[in-house]
Amino acid sequence: MAEPLDDYIDAVSKALALPVEEAWRPAVRANLEVSLRLGRMVDEFALPDETEPAPIFTA
Amino acid sequence: MTSKPETTAAGIASAVAARKMSALDATETALARIKQHDGILNSFTDVTADRARAKARAIDADIAAGKEVGPLAGVPFAVKNLFDVADLPTRAGSKINRDLPPARRDAALIERMEAAGAVLVGALNMGEYAYDFTGENVHDGPSRNPHDTTRMTGGSSGGSGSAVGGALVPIALGSDTNGSIRVPSSFCGIFGLKPTYGRLSRARSFPFVASLDHLGPFARSATDLALAYDVMQGPDPEDSACTTRGLEPTLPLIANPVSDLRIAIAGGYFQKNVFPEAVEAVSRVARALGATQVVDVPEAARARAAAYVITTTEGASLHLDRLRKRPNDFDPAVRDRLIAGAMVPAPLVDRAQKFRRWYRAQLADIFKSVDVLLAPATPCTAPKLGQVNFNLDGVELPVRANIGIHTQPISFIGLPVVAVPVPLEPLPIGVQIIAAPWREDIALRVAYALEKMGVAAAPSPRGI
Repeated sequence: MAEPLDDYIDAVSKALALPVEEAWRPAVRANLEVSLRLGRMVDEFALPDETEPAPIFTA
Repeated sequence: MTSKPETTAAGIASAVAARKMSALDATETALARIKQHDGILNSFTDVTADRARAKARAIDADIAAGKEVGPLAGVPFAVKNLFDVADLPTRAGSKINRDLPPARRDAALIERMEAAGAVLVGALNMGEYAYDFTGENVHDGPSRNPHDTTRMTGGSSGGSGSAVGGALVPIALGSDTNGSIRVPSSFCGIFGLKPTYGRLSRARSFPFVASLDHLGPFARSATDLALAYDVMQGPDPEDSACTTRGLEPTLPLIANPVSDLRIAIAGGYFQKNVFPEAVEAVSRVARALGATQVVDVPEAARARAAAYVITTTEGASLHLDRLRKRPNDFDPAVRDRLIAGAMVPAPLVDRAQKFRRWYRAQLADIFKSVDVLLAPATPCTAPKLGQVNFNLDGVELPVRANIGIHTQPISFIGLPVVAVPVPLEPLPIGVQIIAAPWREDIALRVAYALEKMGVAAAPSPRGI
């Protein structure tokens, strides 16, 4: 049975012309789940609209 | 037992300058140790013996002619194999890059080290494309911990940790994107400096995550770290992030007292997810420095999350074409993480970069009232090679992704850090001495004081 992220992986794989062989799919999915979980954690933090990113980061 | 004087860069340089030892003898000693021990440690991927002997002879000739020699005259050193070394392909731990033409010119930091009299003896093993905390490499085999060769060196600068921890060379250079200098320093029981972001030129080194990449030295003493760091400073228009600040030498300040410094322990996040040995190491360092104040670093877990997102996406962008054309030539673990990184939606990356500005402002506030923060460098001592999971605060977690949980929130905003080795039994472990931006001098001063107090020391290698 397809996992929830499989359709997304297929679509991005096609859009970026990035091969994902079936044997790699479980590991790619597991890594993507971690990245999305951590990304959501960042997303949940409210920032003012005026906040700017740092294109070239300087300490 | 700590390092013998002749195993330190300062000891060698002073003996060479005083004509008590030739640069060629110092070089031959390093080459002999590499030959004797590197079959086990697997820290070197290239030994540049002919080049090293030629350089050493030139230094000896200069000394014989009465010419001035640099502060690192005759000191052997080696570099992580993502630094360009003239006439070698810059493999960056990969199989793919071996097909590149040989580099035509040395990396900027190699040129600066050699201008000061140091002698390059080779290039060092590393995790593939620096996306690694273990020091394990599927193409070249793992670098091995000099205190127990069944254990990890940490990564990704694993060969740098192993070569200096094993006393094959007194100084090595490495890179640190999320902890790749501080983690091997911790596991291999040596001193490592991750300078302020932008402090040292990255020109002619293979990148990983442009907005997080730093280069820096490893050594067996704080003095040697400062010696190497000082000669590598200076602007470089060939690295767009490199500072235009002038030289700020640290060696003349290193023995200044630390009693006037406001030193605090990083609390909250940095006191969680640690094994008892990490708690013990931080506590020994804090006790020696008289530090009792605990400062909470707000949102450090989210900072680590943002660093993770930026790393995986910028890394994926760097390697996108190689992932399309040669996916089977990657370490599968690296490939699958990078492919996943390419699939992270762009708004999450943008928010991670914006959060970075916010988080930097919080730390800037903290550094108005303290000069130094203390934190663990790793949650534990070196795990076994191949170990997959460990138990952190009652939760079974993958080793590979979690070794750098205490280093990532610091490099995320480019703060300078010296990782100091605390020689616990049976294995050493590091503590991060974290300072405000551009205050490497303070972190090195504290590292030096801890060394003088006997709290920090690079133990002699026991595994070889």
